Amino acid sequence: MPIHEHSEPIFNAVLPSAVVLTRLGRALVLLAATLLLAGCGNVQSSLMPAGIEAGKIANLFLVMAIGAFVIWLMVVALAFYATVVNPERHSIRVARGLIIGGGVIFPVIVLTSLLAYGLALMPQLRAPIADDGLRIAVSGEQWWWRVRYLLPDGSEVVLANEIRLPVGERVEFLLSSPDVIHSFWVPSLAGKVDMTPGRTTTLTLTPTETGIYRGACAEYCGASHARMNFYVMVMEAAAFDEWLQHQAEPAQAPKSSLAVRGRDAFLFNGCGACHTVRNTAATGKVGPDLTHVGSRLSIAAGVLSTKPDNFRHWIEHPEAVKPGVYMPSFAMLPAEDLRAIAKWLDELQ
Amino acid sequence: MTDRESMTQEERLAAPWRTPRGWRYFSAVNNTQVGTWYIAASFIFFLFAGVLALLMRVQLAVPENDFLSADMYNQAFTLHGSVMMFLFAVPIFEAFAIMILPGMLGARELPLPRLSTYGFWCFAIGGAFVCGSIFFDAAPKGGWFMYPPLATRYQEGIGNDVWLLGLSFIEIASIAAAVELIVSILRTRAPGMRINLMPLYAWYILVVAGMILFAFPPLIAGDLLFELERAFDWPFFDASRGGDPLLWQHLFWIFGHPEVYIIFLPAVALVAMIVPTAAQRPIVGYSWVVLAAIGTGFISFGLWVHHMYTTGLPNISLGFFSAASQAVAIPTGVQIFCFIATIVAGRFVRSVPMLFVAGALAIFVLGGLTGVMIAIAPFDFQAHDSYFIVAHLHYVLIGGMLFPVAAGFYYYFPLATGKMMSERLGRISFWLMFIGFNVAFLPMHITGLAGMPRRVYTYPEGLGFDVLNMISTGGAFALAIGVLVFIVNAVHSRLQHATAPINPWNAGTLEWAIKMPIRPWGLRSVPHVSSRYPLWEQPDLLQHVTEGRGYLADAEEGKRETLLTSSIDAMPTQCLRVPGISFLPLLAAVFTGGAFIFPVFKMYAPAGVSAVLALMVIVYWLWTGTAIVPEKPEKDVGNGLVLPLYSSGSESVGWWATLITMIGIMTAFFSLVFGYFFFWTIHENFPPDNEGPGVTWPLIALAASFASWLLTLFARRWNARDHGFRFYAAISLAAVLAVAGTLAMLAGPHFANMDPTSHVYPAIVWVLVIWTALHVAIGFLMQLYCIARRAAGRMTATHDIEIRNIALYWHFALITVVVTVAVIAGFPLMSGR
Repeated sequence: MPIHEHSEPIFNAVLPSAVVLTRLGRALVLLAATLLLAGCGNVQSSLMPAGIEAGKIANLFLVMAIGAFVIWLMVVALAFYATVVNPERHSIRVARGLIIGGGVIFPVIVLTSLLAYGLALMPQLRAPIADDGLRIAVSGEQWWWRVRYLLPDGSEVVLANEIRLPVGERVEFLLSSPDVIHSFWVPSLAGKVDMTPGRTTTLTLTPTETGIYRGACAEYCGASHARMNFYVMVMEAAAFDEWLQHQAEPAQAPKSSLAVRGRDAFLFNGCGACHTVRNTAATGKVGPDLTHVGSRLSIAAGVLSTKPDNFRHWIEHPEAVKPGVYMPSFAMLPAEDLRAIAKWLDELQ
Repeated sequence: MTDRESMTQEERLAAPWRTPRGWRYFSAVNNTQVGTWYIAASFIFFLFAGVLALLMRVQLAVPENDFLSADMYNQAFTLHGSVMMFLFAVPIFEAFAIMILPGMLGARELPLPRLSTYGFWCFAIGGAFVCGSIFFDAAPKGGWFMYPPLATRYQEGIGNDVWLLGLSFIEIASIAAAVELIVSILRTRAPGMRINLMPLYAWYILVVAGMILFAFPPLIAGDLLFELERAFDWPFFDASRGGDPLLWQHLFWIFGHPEVYIIFLPAVALVAMIVPTAAQRPIVGYSWVVLAAIGTGFISFGLWVHHMYTTGLPNISLGFFSAASQAVAIPTGVQIFCFIATIVAGRFVRSVPMLFVAGALAIFVLGGLTGVMIAIAPFDFQAHDSYFIVAHLHYVLIGGMLFPVAAGFYYYFPLATGKMMSERLGRISFWLMFIGFNVAFLPMHITGLAGMPRRVYTYPEGLGFDVLNMISTGGAFALAIGVLVFIVNAVHSRLQHATAPINPWNAGTLEWAIKMPIRPWGLRSVPHVSSRYPLWEQPDLLQHVTEGRGYLADAEEGKRETLLTSSIDAMPTQCLRVPGISFLPLLAAVFTGGAFIFPVFKMYAPAGVSAVLALMVIVYWLWTGTAIVPEKPEKDVGNGLVLPLYSSGSESVGWWATLITMIGIMTAFFSLVFGYFFFWTIHENFPPDNEGPGVTWPLIALAASFASWLLTLFARRWNARDHGFRFYAAISLAAVLAVAGTLAMLAGPHFANMDPTSHVYPAIVWVLVIWTALHVAIGFLMQLYCIARRAAGRMTATHDIEIRNIALYWHFALITVVVTVAVIAGFPLMSGR
């Protein structure tokens, strides 16, 4: 079953300008982008950083890539000279000089400086945030993301497969897993950190550009590892606060009669055993919280765009969208019920 | 006998070495012969894994492809990685080494040919089993790294058991090869070939074999814990019962990183032979290369955490391992510059092997440089588990291993087959492989940084991965066609071309002092070596060797013989009779295979029967084929050199093999002990209060084992003094005490009612106890064996290999007991519990 018929580009992301890169760096990155990523999205690219951490790493990459290319050229040129240009004998002193100069002195100097530069970055990248900063607990589960905003008053706002962040604020992610090892990676914003059962790991990052970015699970986690993605929306602070407040609220009442039927069918068929929709009898904790699922950028962890047809497709054939998925198929429900459930979920803004 | 007298000297020499014909062909026991099987088998596994790679590339050519299902893709990438690493990269080095080392060292045969043969059959059987699983949709699918808890508790089916048991079985072959190679390099060099004169290839193989001894055992220990968790629910990696998935990552990468150099160094070793020949001069910086190889080997054991940068370790650990990972670039660079310097100082002659070496240089240097990049932890936070790593590792492995092996294949083809490979086809295959490789893998650097994770069976369109993946797929097929041309060339050249001349490349090392192709007995006669490049630096050596004027030019008694020399100065010490044709190694491998393969299907009874049969075959093999008392004490090996035919203790190869094997086994044991203390570091309450095996039973086990060890030493002395009664009394009592020690060891946790499925603490204690009890029990069997040998008159006061070797074994067994008792009984006391 080809999935792409159901998934379509979710948005046309604006190219975040790479403010943290040097002028040369930006030129090179844009050149690479034009050549290789022509006409493509860049919502998942570490080469198009939209956060301080990703920017520092992109700079580090550029410095190293240029250095590596120059060194490679020198070694290959030397070998070419000695084999093709002038294959005759040279003095043994020249040869010994090459070993000491090229094999020892040069690498020691280059590697030491690189190590100093690279390691100096690490404390900056991994510094803890202020006590009252924004903390988000993310749990990687086969194959979706449970997201909990930990508010300063001790309360939590629970959602799934989507993260929104205020631009310019340093935030901390508390990462864990109840099942297998996953890895939390939003290339545009920062490097990745593993989510290991029995441990809580942390990742801090500071988004600098508003926009939508895509995250992925980077550690092989089973059949649908490729289908474990999510979106991150970086917003202005005011919009973010408003969004978070809305997410904390219970679900809206159904607006149409179809949606009422959908809610009833959802509850009658036991969906609430796994899913929570706050303000209804659905209080399951196994699967994603669906209280505001209609407001999200994607369903099924970054696989399908949010629209009624896709909700229905997912409920009918989850296995086709996500091989090995734990959610059972509900293809046996009457078509009208499926349509109604999809309608209701879509209305859960 | 008259028959033998009527033969010429050369015929007489060849007779005992003849390879059997017909179905008995598979009873051949000879490193040169087995080496060719080994090479062929590893190439077949290479092609199999290559086809899997092509299937994956087809799947990834376009976004949202459904050519392979997610499940089949996951099986394919798991097998691709596992097969390339375990069934091609490591075995191909062992194959090359056992094939070319005898000639290079001037040995007729390496000293333990049956061990090599046994290793080969283990490898072939285990490899076929692991590869075959995919045809039944039962292949492993946890990745070649098999991270728990995914691979332990979240994947149904037998696939992961196939991986664990199948590959553990193959690791036996690697350790067997390591033992064989170390003993050979140290003890079978031609007279006069002091250790600082031996070819660089031998140095590299010595370093790598040593690395195998310390790198593979942690994986074997990890496999043991892993299979105990999968089969019996012992929670070593289950966080909910005190286990930790990271322990596996440590054990796996303590193996996995040295593994990269275990693959890389033997390939560089081939380059170190080809480059001086191409430059027509000795290597520049021989000592630099040797030290760099040793240095690389050492440093490679301190890098494993760079595979774990994103697991959330503290900055200080990341800083240390970043620095160590940078440091390993230096000895690697020294080796590369020594080769370049040799070419600069020499007059370079073009050849197809050198073309592959040049391609290897261009590819490997780039892979090394991206390696330096990802060694810097912050950059790895982005690159880790992305396609950037896929690009990096293929640059390192294909540049550092596949191309040099192709060069070595070309270079040594005349030695193996007596034919030269075609130059034209060689160039075509090189350029197809070189260009195809770069087209496939260069774009992956960008694909990874553009955000594509590894091990995904598909990707959505519009993320910037589409074009890059299509290009990579095209390149992969070009690379595959290049490999195909290479195979056609090999087959065609073998069938068509005229015989190669002696020393076709005008090389300087001893393996070329031979009429192509090499024979199972190696050189016509063994020379006295006094230089690093004897064919260049010792005039008339070639004639001296080929005219049979060296040592061991004859085999008067119709036996396979080779010279043993001292490990540093290569002074002749013994004329060693090596075993020949036998089905026993094959039979032992089949039964060992049963012991490993039946448990995959939870058929424990047949597995037990197989294990007993394997043990019986091995005992029969030892009984009939080792420590044979010769018909005369010494013989003249030519040129007036008279050498003993028997020696025991540290003079004998069996003693060395025991020592080396025990070092490997101790490494596995210490990996388990590492596990115990790893759990101690992550738990507040470990070991838990009053839950241990206590001190009484462990101390009884210690006392019994100590007494058994002491009596074994007395038995050795009384045997040497020919006090028969005292010998039997001491060793019988020792055997009884060994049984007591075994039982007392197991009694501790048993009577403390420790349930290994309840928590990781009882589980790790049980593992240490069972491991130790098993080693004491094996010591018991060895004691019985010595009693039987002396009773049968096969062991005497002067011919005492057996008792000396088992005394050596018992030293290690006793250390195991002491450490285990200290850990399970002493440590809880020390830590106040």
